[in-house]
This record gives sequence, C-alpha cells and structure tokens, in this order.
Amino acid sequence: MKFNKDIISKSEKTSFQKFLSEQSFWVTIALILICFVMYFVEEAFSSKDNVYNIARNFSFIGIMAISMTLVIITSGIDLSVGSIMGLTGIICGLFLDAQYLPEWYSKSAFYESNYVWVGIVFALIAGIIIGAVNGYLIAYLNLSSFVVTLGMMAIARSLAIVVSNNKMFYEFGPKDEMFFKLGGGQFLGLANITWLLIFLTILMGLVLNYTTYGKHVYAVGSNKKAAELAGINIRWIEMSVYMLSGFFAAISAVMIVSWMGSVTNGLGYTYELRVIAASVIGGANLMGGVGGTYGAFIGAALMETIRNSLLMAGIDPNWQGTFLGIFIVAAVWLEKVKNKKNN
Amino acid sequence: MTILSLQNIAKNFGAIQAIVDVSFNIKEAEIVGLMGDNGAGKSTLLKIIAGNFNPSSGVIKFEDQEVHFEKPIESREAGIEVVYQDLALCNHLTAAANVFLGREINKGIWPFRYLDYPSMFKKSAELFEELKSETRPKDLVMQMSGGQRQAVAIARTRLTNPKLVLMDEPTAAISVRQVVEVLDLIKRLKDNGISVLLISHRMPDIFQVCDKLVVLRRGEKVCDKLIKHSSTEEATGLITGAIDRV
Ligand SMILES: Nc1ncnc2c1ncn2[C@@H]1O[C@H](COP(=O)(O)OP(=O)(O)O)[C@@H](O)[C@H]1O
Ligand SMILES: [Mg+2]
Repeated sequence: MKFNKDIISKSEKTSFQKFLSEQSFWVTIALILICFVMYFVEEAFSSKDNVYNIARNFSFIGIMAISMTLVIITSGIDLSVGSIMGLTGIICGLFLDAQYLPEWYSKSAFYESNYVWVGIVFALIAGIIIGAVNGYLIAYLNLSSFVVTLGMMAIARSLAIVVSNNKMFYEFGPKDEMFFKLGGGQFLGLANITWLLIFLTILMGLVLNYTTYGKHVYAVGSNKKAAELAGINIRWIEMSVYMLSGFFAAISAVMIVSWMGSVTNGLGYTYELRVIAASVIGGANLMGGVGGTYGAFIGAALMETIRNSLLMAGIDPNWQGTFLGIFIVAAVWLEKVKNKKNN
Repeated sequence: MTILSLQNIAKNFGAIQAIVDVSFNIKEAEIVGLMGDNGAGKSTLLKIIAGNFNPSSGVIKFEDQEVHFEKPIESREAGIEVVYQDLALCNHLTAAANVFLGREINKGIWPFRYLDYPSMFKKSAELFEELKSETRPKDLVMQMSGGQRQAVAIARTRLTNPKLVLMDEPTAAISVRQVVEVLDLIKRLKDNGISVLLISHRMPDIFQVCDKLVVLRRGEKVCDKLIKHSSTEEATGLITGAIDRV
C-alpha cells in the first residue's frame, strides 16, 4: 500500500520539545545546579566519600521509588512500603540469626553459607506475598489503594514488632561476612546498592517503554475502562504493580540490613513519604498515566543531595521533614500548573 | 447475505425494560442507522451485540451461527469491532499505541520480547491514510481534536478485517467539519465491504450515509425500512411518538 511516509516522523512536538517538557529534565538541572553551588561553597561536599555516601543513601529510596512509580502510573498509591521494608528486614534478620535451613534442603546439600541465601530469599518472598495481598484487595475487590495500603502499613509494622519480640538482630552466623559484603561492598567506586539501583532503573525503564506489559501499565492508569474494553487483563496489571512494590521494598530491606549489619523493627519508618516524594518529584502523576523510572532515580537523588547539603550547611536536621513536605506539595502543585497549560 | 440477525432480543435491568422484543437484520456492506430518543435503548442494544451485556432473551446470529458473547473480546475475535460512545481511548498514549492497544506487535522471543514500534507506526500511518485522516501516529491522543480521536477509534476497528462495525454516536461532540470527515470514514468502511450499525440522533448523518433505518422507542422497534422509503419528517415523528409505528 502507498502512503505518505513522512507522517510517521511528524508529531505535534519535536523530540527536543518533549524532552524540555519532562519534569525529570528540570529536576536533573536543579540537581546539577545544587551540586555546582555546593562544590564552591563547601569543600567537603564533593569529596569522594561524601559523593559515595549520598549515592548509597538515595539508592535505598530510589529502588522503592521505581516500583512506586509503576504503582502511581496505574493511579494507585502504596503507603505500606516503609512497613514492608521493616517486616521483611526483620524476617531476613530472624532467619539469619537462627541460621535456618529447611529440613529437606539441609539434607540434600549442605553448604555452610546456604542459610544466608535462605534468609534473603524468605525476605524477598515475604515482600512479594504482602504486595500480592495489597494488590488482590485493590484490583480484585476494588478497594481503594489508599485505604488498603494504609491498613497494611499498620499491619506490617505491628507484625514486625510482634515477630521480632522487640529485639534487635545483629548476629548473623558464621558466614555473616558474606552477607555484609552484599550491601556494604562496592564496585568501581560505587556502592553495590547504587549499581543495583542503576540496573533496576534501566531494566524497569525498558520494561515500561518497550514491552506490552509496560504499555498496559500506562493504559490502566490512563483509562481503565478503555484498557478493559481493549481486552487487557486490568486486574492482573493492577495487582502485579503492588507485588513489584512489595518485592522492591524487600530488596531494599535486605540491602540495608546487610549494610548496617543489624535490624530493628523500626526499619523503614516513614520511608513511604520519602519514596512517594521521590516518585512525584521525578514526574509521576498521582492522577495516573504519567511517570518513568529515570524520574524516580533523579527524584531520589535530588532529595538526598538537598538533605546532605542542608546538613553540611549546619541546618538543624529536625527541619528536614518540613523541607520534605514542602517538596511533595510543590511537586504536585507544579504538576497541576503544567496540566492546566496543556489543556 | 445477512451478516447479523437479531431475533426477539429483550433486556431488562431489574424492573427496567430497556429492550423489548427487537428483531432486525444487517446485510453485507449495509449501513444501518439506529435512531431513538435518549434512553430509548440504543447503547444497550449495541452492548448486547458487542458482548458487554447478555440479552435477557432472544437469539443473536452472526454469519448464520448462533452466538453468545460473554466478553467484548469474544465478539471482536468473531469479527465485530466497536466504537464506543465515550470513545474509550487512553489520553496519555500515542495514536499508534491506542490503535494497537491490547493487540501490540512484538519482536524477539520471550523473555526478550519487545514492542515493534516501527511496524506499529507504519501500520497505523497506513490506516490513517486509508481513512484520509491527518492524524499522526506519534501524537498523544490528549492533544487531539474530536475528529482525530474518532479517526483513532475507527482505525482500531480496521486492524483486523471485521465483518461488522458498531458505532455509538460517533458524531456527537465534534465540529461540523469533523462530522463530514467521520461520515466519509463510515462510507469508506462500506466501500471495503464492511457492514456498519450507526447510532446517532443527528438526522442528517443518518440520511446521508445509511441504507436502512431502525428506530427504537422505549426499547421497542417502531421502524425498520430502507432509508430511501423514509423521510426526516417520518423519522422525527417515529422518534417522538407522533407517529406510532410504520
Ligand atoms: N447498566 C445499566 N443498568 C441499569 N439500567 C441501565 C443500564 N444501562 C442502561 N440502562 C437503562 O436502559 C435504558 C436505555 O439506556 P441506553 O441504552 O443507554 O439508551 P440510549 O443509548 O438510547 O440513550 C435507560 O432507561 C437506562 O437508564
Ligand atoms: Mg447511548
């Protein structure tokens, strides 16, 4: 068939205009500006150690912000990530402390280090299961994501306290060195967790933009009814993003426990705020249909850099909550202004 | 040849009788106009054919086979495409992504299957060209005019080679110039041998493109005749109830 090939390459906005209209682009500019200023104002800011620390600190948040972004794209919210982190962190600590091995497993092949992997895998599975419970209630029983995950936030935190018996876990058995290396180790000048964040940002970015699953995640958030009429399994798509959120929270939990070398049931307390802030600052729209993994990455980076800069500038750390709150509200407000301009 | 045959279709929502004993046929490459006042049951009838609702009673035959569609996807697989009243498009996706929603073209083998954007852009550009629409595949639906959105919704129906296209108020809420575009699109479907059931309460649309007129009043069929044997005055009378039935 004959047709005008030029029409494909044409679009309302050029790629460059699209790039400029991305919130994550402006957040990147802001981040570069802050780094630029801090470089001259505060010598210690650009030291290798400080940059390493900033990158490591925002990686824990960034990983969860990636999956939170998927949840927000479907026009949902997951308030339970901080508590899931606490509970899965405790589960990991508990099993490592007990050096637990399943009966059948210890008989079939015994390596001294196997208990480490068992603890890690159990924590990850627990994260997926908690996410699946959230997702099932939201997608299949049509309950509001706000209410379900608010409930889960309380439940998971309380379970963490019950299961841990309010104890701290820090004795991780004979192979603890191997476990500590996971979150505490580094590679080519960056913490392992930072590499993991980079990997997941790219991987999930590809999934969102280049797979049918990703397209369907956007479609569900953009117009659920239309997605359903197009034959998309909207319930499964919705449930899956909460499972991913639980899974990523558990990954973050395992990594942070391994880095700190101990875990208490307070792990991840109020982290949901920082995670949601990172996603929203990075351009995820709470109305659904908009967001990306690079935004989650850069949003987390911006917040941690500002936190670090304020600390270096000698500002009382108690102000951090105030700044965090202002950022969240400002990001949502900006979003609104931008949408008004588009319409 | 008869494509679709509705036989004594009835539908009630609890105590509401939305459709009462409606029968009519749609032939190959025939455009049937379905008219009626608000709440007459037009959308309900369309949704019964498309598989959104089950009829309370009656038989639907599609290409001489009795069919029972439980979900819209089943009617689509049989060769019936639908343009819904509210269009059912995703604003945040491109025109091409909307055309292929739920039917994306992929490349590679699992787990390395990825979207074949070039093919989808090309195919949707061809469809828009065929529909003589200026819609560009890479534009977001959010920024589009009513006419362009209609073109996207109609292009969706051309992905496969359907036998029958159902359209619910495709000319509501668009400008006059765009109405002409959409009517042209509908004629082009007919030229391709596709049958169309067109719901509209705009008299000129129906009389411009349709071969046959069916009128519903309070869920009952009060008219089923060739458009050339009818007139706008008669149609108006039938819709309002000034004329009981013909
Ligand atoms: N899902 C539903 N549940 C209950 N009543 C419905 C439903 N859909 C339509 N109806 C009723 O059926 C009647 C016909 O509606 P509809 O088919 O939408 O009319 P039209 O499209 O001709 O304006 C109306 O009285 C409407 O209230
Ligand atoms: Mg209607």
